[in-house]
Amino acid sequence: MIGITNGAFIALIALGYTLVYGIIELINFAHGDLFMLGTFVCLSTLTLLGFSTEVGTTGTPWFALLLAMLAAMIFCGLLNVLAERIAYRPLRRAPRLAPLISAIGVSFIFVNIGLFWQGPTPRRFPDLLPQYDFMSQLFGFTTLIRFTFKDLFVLALAIPLMLGLAWVIRSTRMGKAMRAVAQDSEMAQQMGIDVNRVIAFTFLLGGVLAGAASLMYGLYNNNTVFTLGFTAGLKAFTAAVLGGIGNVNGAALGGFVLGLLSALTVTYAGGQWENVGVFSLLVIILVFKPTGLLGQETGEKA
Amino acid sequence: MPLLEVQQVHTYYGNIQALKGVSLKVEKGEIVTLIGSNGAGKTTTLRTIAGVLRPRKGTVRMGDRDLTKVPANEIVRLGVAHSPEGRRIFSRMSVKENLEMGAYARTDPPAELAKDFERVYELFPRLKERLTQRAGTLSGGEQQMLAIGRALMARPTVLLLDEPSMGLAPVLVELVFKTIQDINAQGMTVLLVEQNAHMALSIAHRGYVLQTGRIVLSDSAKNLAENEMVRKAYLGEE
Repeated sequence: MIGITNGAFIALIALGYTLVYGIIELINFAHGDLFMLGTFVCLSTLTLLGFSTEVGTTGTPWFALLLAMLAAMIFCGLLNVLAERIAYRPLRRAPRLAPLISAIGVSFIFVNIGLFWQGPTPRRFPDLLPQYDFMSQLFGFTTLIRFTFKDLFVLALAIPLMLGLAWVIRSTRMGKAMRAVAQDSEMAQQMGIDVNRVIAFTFLLGGVLAGAASLMYGLYNNNTVFTLGFTAGLKAFTAAVLGGIGNVNGAALGGFVLGLLSALTVTYAGGQWENVGVFSLLVIILVFKPTGLLGQETGEKA
Repeated sequence: MPLLEVQQVHTYYGNIQALKGVSLKVEKGEIVTLIGSNGAGKTTTLRTIAGVLRPRKGTVRMGDRDLTKVPANEIVRLGVAHSPEGRRIFSRMSVKENLEMGAYARTDPPAELAKDFERVYELFPRLKERLTQRAGTLSGGEQQMLAIGRALMARPTVLLLDEPSMGLAPVLVELVFKTIQDINAQGMTVLLVEQNAHMALSIAHRGYVLQTGRIVLSDSAKNLAENEMVRKAYLGEE
């Protein structure tokens, strides 16, 4: 189960990469670091509300968790929009390499903000969810497979978020505008769509999902560190590529596949093989299906 | 006052000058065609009117507004809809969604939109049969119908049509031109860019001949079709 749950964080972050790539063909290198800052916002909010890093004994403070998640979602959403406005929009018509380098720059800025904010050592994230394993306590199984309350918590948040995103893209006016801009931004503009607004909205969505993922990650793993964005970002980016970058369903699928695979590698081959397993799969997929699992054939645009 | 008036427009691609002072007028209810060979600047002219390209000099007047000063995504709201070269439908969206995108800028009540959907289905029954189909899977002719239908969904006052005959079988070209005439008969003003000068002049009221970024001739379609130079250069006659 740890695989599926990890897959859920990865999928949420991967969606942020794929949404942005889908619409402006930019690999937003700073996205993982945005997620890292999200975990810090959660941590600070919880500390501010009086839930320190000690294990909670008085039950789960749902309201505080909700506040922390909303704070991280709003923070990450707005910060992503700000980064787009300052660092990417002015380079919209520049060669593709320029915004890419700008994204790497934003990534460095975020990492250093994180370093300045919470220091270089890993920070403990309060353990506020009940320790409850449905498998052993409800059914009496004591196998490798566990399904804890934490797993349930993460999935119960992540899956509705993904379904919500799918609905926004499929059915709302803004979602349709997003798809139109992704396919042909010049024609979208001819339809009367304000392309800049749609792109800003896409960054907002990606940031909000990263913010939500950050609370889940913190509560699940009970730690965070300023370099978290690099590892989490790399995995999520891999998931996005695995599923077919630019494809929203693909990113979600890629996240879960990647989470499961890394859990399986850790269980059966040992922790040191985790990244080997993950990236071997990536290489294999890219060799045999370069567009990713659900990738679009690129000839379609013409 | 003409509905649409292009005055002394100079448009560049980087340092290359594509339009060297193009002027033309479109009156309400007309079909005006712009003919010329490849690279003469026909598409550039339409793209300048639609706001995709910005001229370095000159104005594009629509009523009392200068379109060159209006943001590109607002131009459709001033009544100019563009069916571009190469159709450029949203291929990964359904036929219905493409038509909805055409009406994106509309703010009038849904009942009014429904009327325009019906009108488009009447003009192009084939589209109605394929509403849920992905637009990219349509045939070339159907895609062209969709591109025109999408532009009509904006309920424009001027319709800009760029090469609607491109890549179509002759029988479909006939059908598309017949439809353009029908749309015009219902009161739509059309500015038509065509390589197929013969077809274009057969349905237009007036025409302009564009050569390397300049208008070299302008007359009624009938006179143009009889003009010696036009016959030799664009109608393929000796």
